[in-house]
Amino acid sequence: MKNIYALLAGLIFGFGLIVSGMANPEKVIGFLNIFGRWDPSLAFVLGGAIFVGVFSFKYIVKREKTLLGGSLHLSNEKSINKRLIFGSLIFGLGWGVAGFCPGPALVSLGMGSLKGAMFVIAMLAGMLAFKLVQKNN
Amino acid sequence: MDINWAVFTPWSSLLGGIMIGLASALLVFTNGRSAGISGIVAGVFNVKTSDLSWRLAFLLGLLVAPVSYSLFFALPESVIESSMAGLVVAGFLVGIGTRIGGGCTSGHGVVGLSRLSIRSLVATITFMVGGFVIVYFMKHVFS
Repeated sequence: MKNIYALLAGLIFGFGLIVSGMANPEKVIGFLNIFGRWDPSLAFVLGGAIFVGVFSFKYIVKREKTLLGGSLHLSNEKSINKRLIFGSLIFGLGWGVAGFCPGPALVSLGMGSLKGAMFVIAMLAGMLAFKLVQKNN
Repeated sequence: MDINWAVFTPWSSLLGGIMIGLASALLVFTNGRSAGISGIVAGVFNVKTSDLSWRLAFLLGLLVAPVSYSLFFALPESVIESSMAGLVVAGFLVGIGTRIGGGCTSGHGVVGLSRLSIRSLVATITFMVGGFVIVYFMKHVFS
């Protein structure tokens, strides 16, 4: 049953990416183009998501259990360090180059886009490269 | 600041954002998990099988979203200007960067900020700045 809900969550998340414009790299780059002709639309995506999120997470963290009685697996990592900054910066550069972050890239793959598939393969390679480097350290 | 009003879509973006928020709420309410997509994908490579099924279910939902959507509505256009080489470089940077930084637009941007995490706020500001800078160079310096 939990997996059905997870599937539904993924589906609604994907609908949200499509409706919001996040699944359109041209629009994402338009949002990141603050020094040119700027399209502020995507600030509304984050605003809408956080508006719902703040109440939801406040409720569930206070409840300490899921609605199905399971435990929460949320990160309590608080550290702000070079690694966080460096990794986020690298991610931001990649995000700006193609206009894709992980969710929209998967939606694009689901549209049957060859370019979306290419991005996803390279993204998986990047994740595996990280895993290999981490293992050797 | 020069706003491109012709492509400004505050209402559909707000509606899509609310849907993303509801999806994140649904995942944590039922599975107790954060809807951080880079983390969900990366977790598939970790060999803890008890943890695998919800990840695959969520990712399957994302992948079938466009086809399901197109059964009821016309899919909005998705324009990918980047070249194949650009996509490979970008994809690799996104893959490795999100693992080093511990999250992406969804994990830090939506879930982290919803939980009022300062760590996620720092990450979100940093990747936004990274995006602003590279788009500035691509649109105004190298073009």
